[in-house]
Amino acid sequence: MRAPPQQRRLADGRMHLHDGPIDLIIEAFGETSAVEEAYAGAWGRFATILDELCAELPLLRADPRDAHAPRGAVARRMAAAVAPFRARRFLTPMAAVAGAVAEEVLEAMTTGRKLARAYVNNGGDIALHLSPGETFSIGIVDRPDRPILSACATVDAADRVRGVATSGWQGRSFSLGAADAVTVLAASASVADAAATLIANAVDIPGHPAIRRTPACDLDPQSDLGERRVTVAVGPLTRDEINRALALGVAEAELWRDRGLIEAAALRVGEQTGLVGAAVSRYLGRVPTVVHNGEKALHAVS
Amino acid sequence: MSEVGDKIRCDACPVLCYIRPGMTGACDRYANRDGQLVRVDPHVLLDRALSEGGKVVPFVNAEAAWSGDILRRPGPLVTAVGAGTTYPDYKPAPFIVSSKVDGVDMVTVVTEGIYSYCGVKLKIDTDRHLGAECAIVRAEGEPVGHVTTGEYGSQMLSLGGVNHLTHGGKKEGRVTCDTLLNLCNGKPVELVVDGGATVIVQAGKAPIINGKLEERMRVGCGSATIGMFAKQWGDKVDEVVVVDDHITGVLSEHQAGKLLGMRDTGIRMKGRRSTPGRYFHVAEPGTGWGGTNVSDPLDIIAGFNPKVARSGMTMLMVSTTGEQHAFFRLGEDLRPIEAELPEALRESVERISENCEPALCSVLFMAGAGGSLRAGVTENPVRLTRSVRQALTTVTAGGAPVTVWPGGGITFMVDVTLLPENSFGYVPTPAIVAPIEFTLRLDDYAALGGHVDEVRPLEEVVAEHAQRPNAIFSNGVVARSVGARRKA
Repeated sequence: MRAPPQQRRLADGRMHLHDGPIDLIIEAFGETSAVEEAYAGAWGRFATILDELCAELPLLRADPRDAHAPRGAVARRMAAAVAPFRARRFLTPMAAVAGAVAEEVLEAMTTGRKLARAYVNNGGDIALHLSPGETFSIGIVDRPDRPILSACATVDAADRVRGVATSGWQGRSFSLGAADAVTVLAASASVADAAATLIANAVDIPGHPAIRRTPACDLDPQSDLGERRVTVAVGPLTRDEINRALALGVAEAELWRDRGLIEAAALRVGEQTGLVGAAVSRYLGRVPTVVHNGEKALHAVS
Repeated sequence: MSEVGDKIRCDACPVLCYIRPGMTGACDRYANRDGQLVRVDPHVLLDRALSEGGKVVPFVNAEAAWSGDILRRPGPLVTAVGAGTTYPDYKPAPFIVSSKVDGVDMVTVVTEGIYSYCGVKLKIDTDRHLGAECAIVRAEGEPVGHVTTGEYGSQMLSLGGVNHLTHGGKKEGRVTCDTLLNLCNGKPVELVVDGGATVIVQAGKAPIINGKLEERMRVGCGSATIGMFAKQWGDKVDEVVVVDDHITGVLSEHQAGKLLGMRDTGIRMKGRRSTPGRYFHVAEPGTGWGGTNVSDPLDIIAGFNPKVARSGMTMLMVSTTGEQHAFFRLGEDLRPIEAELPEALRESVERISENCEPALCSVLFMAGAGGSLRAGVTENPVRLTRSVRQALTTVTAGGAPVTVWPGGGITFMVDVTLLPENSFGYVPTPAIVAPIEFTLRLDDYAALGGHVDEVRPLEEVVAEHAQRPNAIFSNGVVARSVGARRKA
C-alpha cells in the first residue's frame, strides 16, 4: 500500500513535504511570485525522490569499493559527499542521504529564480541558499523546545557554509559513538551530514560499560553497518570521561577541518560541549529565543 | 507484506524495510509484532456496552443499525485506538464512519492525537505525607511533576505537562514521556518526592509508600472519626485521641464527647487548638501515625493537668485508618503506661478499619486537542471546537467518556482505566499518542466543513476489518467492553 507523497502549507507559511520516512520543512524568502514558484519547484522535484533512491538502495547501502557508481541525481550527491572521507574511514553513501535530499530540493527551488534566501530542513540536516549580503542565524538547540541554545552561529553569504547537519546516538540513524549531538557546518549539506556521522562516531570511550552497543544487523537487517556495534544506550558518565570522549571527537573534527571538508563543529555530551572552528566560536553567543519546529529539529533557522 | 525468515517486509512505502520481530521500520511508524506488520498500536473496535466482563464482540455480526446515541446505548463503537496518526495533519482521519439512525446520519471521526501538551493528574489515597506542596516529583532522578493539593484522604500529584515534556532537558522529556505512558497504560511507576516519600503508583492499584503497601483510605479526619465513633467509646474509656496530621481529634473536649457527658481528662495536646477537641499540627507530617512523623503516639501529648487527671484513667490512641492503635492507663505520676487493649475497644478499632475504603491510585490523562489534529476532522478546525462547546459533537477517548474543560481549545480528562489495554503510545518528540473520537450528526459534520467525501458506512469498516483481522487485531487483541480493562 504505497501512500503518495504529501505537501502542505504550515500555519506560519513554511511548507512541509512528506514521503515515507522523509519529512522536509522548507522556506523561501523573496518576491511572492518567486517564492511560490520555488515551492512548486520543490514539490515537483520531491515527488519522485524517494522512488529514485529506493531504486538504487542496495547499491547505496554497499561499500562503494564493491559497487559501481550510482545513477540517480541524489545518489550521486551522496556518493560524492562520502568519497573524500573514505580514504580514512568506512562510510557508505547512506551516511549523506538526508543532506543530499535537502540539497537536491534546494537546487530545484533556486535554479532559474531570484530568491534572497531559502532553506530545506530534512529532519535537522539543512541546505542553505544565500544571495550576496544575506545571512542566516543558526541556533543549535540540543534540548529541543528549550530556549537555551548551546551555540549560535551566523552564516553570512560571504562564508563558505551552505550546509548544516547533526548526528548523535539518539537520532533515527545509528551511531557508533556516545555523542548526544554533533552539529557540523560545511560547504554543503551532504558533506556536513557525512562529517557529522563520523565525528559523532568518534566521540566515544571504547569499552566503557555505560555505553551499551548492539550489532546493527540485529536491529535492522538491512543496515549498511552490518555487524558493527551501534550505541543503544548511554548511562551516566563522569565529567572526566565526557571530556575524554569529547577530545576524541574534537580531534576527528579537526582532522576534517584541516582538510577543508568542514568549517566548524559543535559537539555535545550531557551538559558538556566541545567546539571546533572559527565560524562557530567567532559567532558563538547566547540568543534569547529559539525558533523550533519538527520532531528532530536541532536547529533554528531564521 | 511478505515474510523472510523471522523478518517481515513492510510495503507502506518504497523503502520496503525488512523488520525484525519487535522492531520498527526506518519511519518508526510500522512494526513487526510476532510476524505481523502492525502499526504500533492495535486497531480496536469496541463494544461500548458498559457492562462488566470483557465480552468479545462478533464484528462480522455487528448490528447494522448503529445507535447514534454514542454514550448511552449499546452498539459497536469504532474507536481510535491504533487508527494511525494522520500526520501531516490535513489528511482526513483514517476512519470517518457514518451509520443511519432514525433517518439521521451520525459520523464518528476517529483519529489518534499526538499530544505535546498533556500530563496526568494522580490521586493517591493515603494519609501519609508524601512531600510538601510544590515539591518536585522525580522518576529515574528526573523532574516529572510536582506535589499539588492534599484532598480528602488523598494526595494529588500533577505529572507531565509541556514544561517537563519539552522545556526541560532531553532526558527529562524522555523520562517524563515514559512515566506518563506507563501510568496511562496501567503499569507501575516509581516516583520519588524531593524531601518526601518514594511511592510506587499504578492506576487502579493501592500505592506502595516507602516500600509499604497502603491498604486503606482513612475513614475521615481525626475529628470526623471522633464524631463517627464517639458513642461506641463514651462508656468504655476516659479519653480517645484520633491521631491525624491534619486534624487530630480529642474525645473528651470534642462536641461529640461533651454531648455524651464525658468528663475532662486534663490532657494537654501539642500543636494548635482550632476548636474544642480539634488540633492542628500536633507533629510534623510524615509516614508514621495518621500521616504524622511520630512512631510513638505519646509524642503528641504534652502531659496531663494534675488538677484534673487522676491515676488509673484510660486512654485509647488510634490513627484515622485504625491501622495503628495503643491503649494506656495513667500511672501514679500521671504518665501513660501502655496496657493491653480491652476487647470492648478492639471492636471499635476494627470498625474504623472496616469503614475505610481500599486505598487506590487513580490516573486521569489530561490533554489538549485544540491543535492541529482537528484538521483531520474538518477543514475549518475552530468550528469543531465550537461544535464541542455547543454539545453538538461528543468527544470520547478510546470509547471512554471524557470531561471537556470549559474555556478555549478542546482540553479533556479521561480515567485511563476505562480505555482498552495499551491504548496509549508515544512519539520521540516527545509526546503521548492517544485515541480521540468526535461523534456528531452527518449534517452538522458537513456544516462544520468536515471531510464528507471520506465518510464511510460503519458496515463497510466493520466488514473490511473482519477480512483483515491481523491489521486490526494483531497479536490476538480482541475488542473488549469499555470498562472491562484490568477488572479481571
